[in-house]
Amino acid sequence: MEVRKWRMGPAALCLGIQLEFFQLYMTNIRIIARLDVKAPNLIKGINLEGLRKLGDPQTFAERYYAGGIDEIVYIDAVASLYERNTIVDLVRKTAMNVYIPITAGGGVRSVENARELLRVGADKVAINTAAVHNPGLISEMALALGSQCMVLSIQAKRRMSGTGWEAYCDQGREHSGRDVIEWAKEAEKLGAGEIFLTSVDQEGTYRGFDIELIRAVSNEVRIPIVASGGMGTLSHADDAISRGGASAIAIAALLHYDKIALADIKQGLSDLGHHVRIV
Amino acid sequence: MSPVVVIDYGSGNVFSVATTLKKAGADVMLSDNAELIASAERLVLPGVGAFEAAWNLLEGKGLVDPIRAFLITGRPFLGICVGMQMLMDQSFEFGCHPGFSVVEGAVRKIDDTDIDGRSHPVPRIGWYPHIPHVKPWSGTVLDGLNEKDAVYFVHSFAAEPKEPSSVLANSEYNGRTVNAAVISDNVTGVQFHPEKSGPVGLKIMENFIRS
Repeated sequence: MEVRKWRMGPAALCLGIQLEFFQLYMTNIRIIARLDVKAPNLIKGINLEGLRKLGDPQTFAERYYAGGIDEIVYIDAVASLYERNTIVDLVRKTAMNVYIPITAGGGVRSVENARELLRVGADKVAINTAAVHNPGLISEMALALGSQCMVLSIQAKRRMSGTGWEAYCDQGREHSGRDVIEWAKEAEKLGAGEIFLTSVDQEGTYRGFDIELIRAVSNEVRIPIVASGGMGTLSHADDAISRGGASAIAIAALLHYDKIALADIKQGLSDLGHHVRIV
Repeated sequence: MSPVVVIDYGSGNVFSVATTLKKAGADVMLSDNAELIASAERLVLPGVGAFEAAWNLLEGKGLVDPIRAFLITGRPFLGICVGMQMLMDQSFEFGCHPGFSVVEGAVRKIDDTDIDGRSHPVPRIGWYPHIPHVKPWSGTVLDGLNEKDAVYFVHSFAAEPKEPSSVLANSEYNGRTVNAAVISDNVTGVQFHPEKSGPVGLKIMENFIRS
């Protein structure tokens, strides 16, 4: 039986985060590649603005698949603004060659949009803006297509005024007035199967995930949380899981700019005591 | 070799099931035609979402009896996820719903606490290996696989086969045993998604089309 001690740093103590001291099994985690797409390019930004073109997203997805990534997430970065849904072809072409779960999102507004994506090989559909404007869409999708394919994407930004986070839409441009924690809880009740939680503040900075954010949400919901935004080092990922309670981490810039090899991320997390799929 | 028929009834990632079967070397036919399904050489039943919803889709298309007819022929059958759960006697997801009763036992919700009583996420989403030595895999869809090779699960409910001989594989979720695969002669059901389990999944598809 594996015994793994939790590490408690001073920051964790100050935040009053409750931690378990021992864990008699290994946490199983997923490493997910997040690809933001502005057709036909993979793009990358800092704080979800300031976009840079990086090349053909399918090429990147196939490379990550070969390298052992656990899931692919495609987000259509412009769909909401211009009412286009250009990601269908990309999903289809990717699903022809990449045999791991694919999540697609960005501008999904209806059950029909979602069905179209699922028909061409996506397993999960992520929604944000449309759900913020009409939370009933979460239940509609969960009922029509199953909770397992219904991902609520939350873009969380720390409130300048004080405590907590507000949910943003349209790639972090529009504030919604919704409190992230309350929104996450509501989404779970409405039938969301997973929460894709992005920190707008940390995204693209390599300075680590927003651990407080992840922990605050994971304390309140039972559905899995994918932590996204800010990974720069292995210890960031370890923190997101061990201290934050995330079930999965999504990586974008770190992978797209090839700063750390995927194999090293996986081996490193495995060495730290997590159960990762080594291919 | 005659085509593998994949039941296309409105549930399950048929695109990926077909893609991976083709990649494994099969001719694939997607169908919701009763005769074609009942008379197929090899049949695959995918499925995601709630048991009742999937079963209703099959009923709505008049496919329950053709599948039942196929299941007693002895020809190879692969049920995936909800398609596997339908092989059991019944599922307790949102009520009590009968299945095909090929494998004795029910389908119940995965415990939302780990073995120490702490909450853990449900649905269980992730790549999990198998518990070793539950049953020899030679001659089954898992032939040649390493038990340590992880496959992809996404589910909130799992089968609980009554007879140990029905259990092809089990996996573990934070100390809890969760069924991964069931078997009854040439009828196999897998809780995980071989069409989404990378190279390991492809090997499973290859085994199935050669069975």
